[in-house]
Amino acid sequence: MSTVMEGRAEGPTLRQRLAARGIDGATLLVLPCVALILGLFIYPFLYGLMLSFEPKDGSLFGNYARFFSDPFLYGTIFKTLRLAFPVTLLNLLIAIPIAFRVRLLRRQRLLTTLLVLPITLGTVLVAEGMLFYFGPQGWFNRALMAVGLLSTPVSVLNGYWGVFISLVLTGFPFTFLLTLSYVTGIDPSLENAAATLGAGPAARFREVFLPLLVPGLAITFCLSFVQAYSVLPSAVLVGDPANATRVISIAAYQAAFEEYDYSMASAIAMIMGAVQLLVVVAVLGCRSLFYRGPAAGAKG
Amino acid sequence: MQKSIMSRLWIFAVWAVIGLFLVNLMGLIASVLTSSVATRWLGTWLPAGFTTRWYFAAWDEFQLGDVLWVTFQAVGAVVLLSGLLGVPAAYALARREFPAKRAVMLLLLLPLLVPPITYGIPLATVLYKAGLGGTLTGVILANLVPTVPFVVLVMIPFIEQIDPRTEAAARVFGANIFQMFVHVLVPMLMPGVLAALLLVLVRTIGMFELTFLVSGPGSQTLVVALYYAVFASGVRAVQSIDAMAVIYMVTTLVWLIVALRFVNPTQIVGRGKRPAA
Repeated sequence: MSTVMEGRAEGPTLRQRLAARGIDGATLLVLPCVALILGLFIYPFLYGLMLSFEPKDGSLFGNYARFFSDPFLYGTIFKTLRLAFPVTLLNLLIAIPIAFRVRLLRRQRLLTTLLVLPITLGTVLVAEGMLFYFGPQGWFNRALMAVGLLSTPVSVLNGYWGVFISLVLTGFPFTFLLTLSYVTGIDPSLENAAATLGAGPAARFREVFLPLLVPGLAITFCLSFVQAYSVLPSAVLVGDPANATRVISIAAYQAAFEEYDYSMASAIAMIMGAVQLLVVVAVLGCRSLFYRGPAAGAKG
Repeated sequence: MQKSIMSRLWIFAVWAVIGLFLVNLMGLIASVLTSSVATRWLGTWLPAGFTTRWYFAAWDEFQLGDVLWVTFQAVGAVVLLSGLLGVPAAYALARREFPAKRAVMLLLLLPLLVPPITYGIPLATVLYKAGLGGTLTGVILANLVPTVPFVVLVMIPFIEQIDPRTEAAARVFGANIFQMFVHVLVPMLMPGVLAALLLVLVRTIGMFELTFLVSGPGSQTLVVALYYAVFASGVRAVQSIDAMAVIYMVTTLVWLIVALRFVNPTQIVGRGKRPAA
């Protein structure tokens, strides 16, 4: 009783003042989750950043200097981008027309379910399946030879195209499902209005859908790019990990677990993150050149 | 007339691309399945005969009993912990406005935007320094990094749908926050929690990068064991690796089928913007 009286005399208690700002027992429920991310994501990242400036030779930028002077190391950036960019662009370009077709279907669920399969199976299983299916005696080459399209088996494995195909197989469903969710989010009455005004399918796409879709497509591109960029299992299993598909994640992995040089590995991981961040920022920056506004059809 | 032929051709081309993709995908899965039950398969369309012995061989060679038990423990712990940590945090973020809320949301988005292999290497370094590298605990901790934020972001819209007066009523009748959670919120949120946790389950079984970087000989999950088997192929019969791949496929697909009863397929890639009603 007396505390309440005191509280009144001195104004609201600390507890009341905090509650007024939205902090009470329920707000504290967020703390364990925040602690986990701080401890297992932010701290390791900062630790890795610090560690990358403490190379074995003792200089501050030794790791970074070594990375950017050794073509076997800095070349991995271009090898990664040479895979990730075309794959992401191809996936996006195929996904858009298909999403426009599928949005008209009433039974989308079967198709979307089939497409979820490679995402859940993951890159390791797809790579393992490819080893046999696309092999010289596999069904792919047999079928093409039986139809007469090929005279000798084509070899896609152990090189650039093997990784390319595996990234399309696992990446396309991801890109497609994201694109589909953006395309179906556009109010169909906008298209009807354009059609009433006499716009053909191509004009409707160009003048109505594309401007509305650009923000979503930019995000889809970034998320798909990040997936293709961090490819490790398929680059090793169906690629040429010593040469043509020596992507940056292989370089980081080898530094950490084959040379046990955690400092160098952290430096490569930081470079990997920085390059990817640059691409994402560039793509999202381009987005701001386009229309931004409601796509769900506001009543005006 | 010209126009309608063009648009028919266009529609045909679109379906042809879908068909081509699905045919190759199914062919790939079917060749793994066929190879796993083949006796001898060289230079023909179909193998010479069928057998189930590769499954027994794979079970012994790759110690699949142990691997499955590790996978079960790791995935179970990750699902349970991400539910326990994620759902209360989602509740706080859905219901309260507090000063650092935007910063907390950003903090939760980061692990989902940065690919696992980038933060996995520093994380593995820290875990090895702490003596947790190569242990089951390390694998569980590493896998929590993407799954907890995922649960939070999927659960927020579900919680926002619930009328706040329900909670107010519970508080009026004297329930403390714990009782309110157990007796009021959790039963109402069950469909959402189930959906979020099933997605975590499917993703954790297939999570290769983080587990690969953190696990040691005794703490490999099925997908990492499969990678090592394919990586070191040549030592063992192709068919027994394929048998292992089929076992992996079955463990993921069973849960995928269960998950698809509760969630929309697009939610597996998205972050549950439109929760199933």
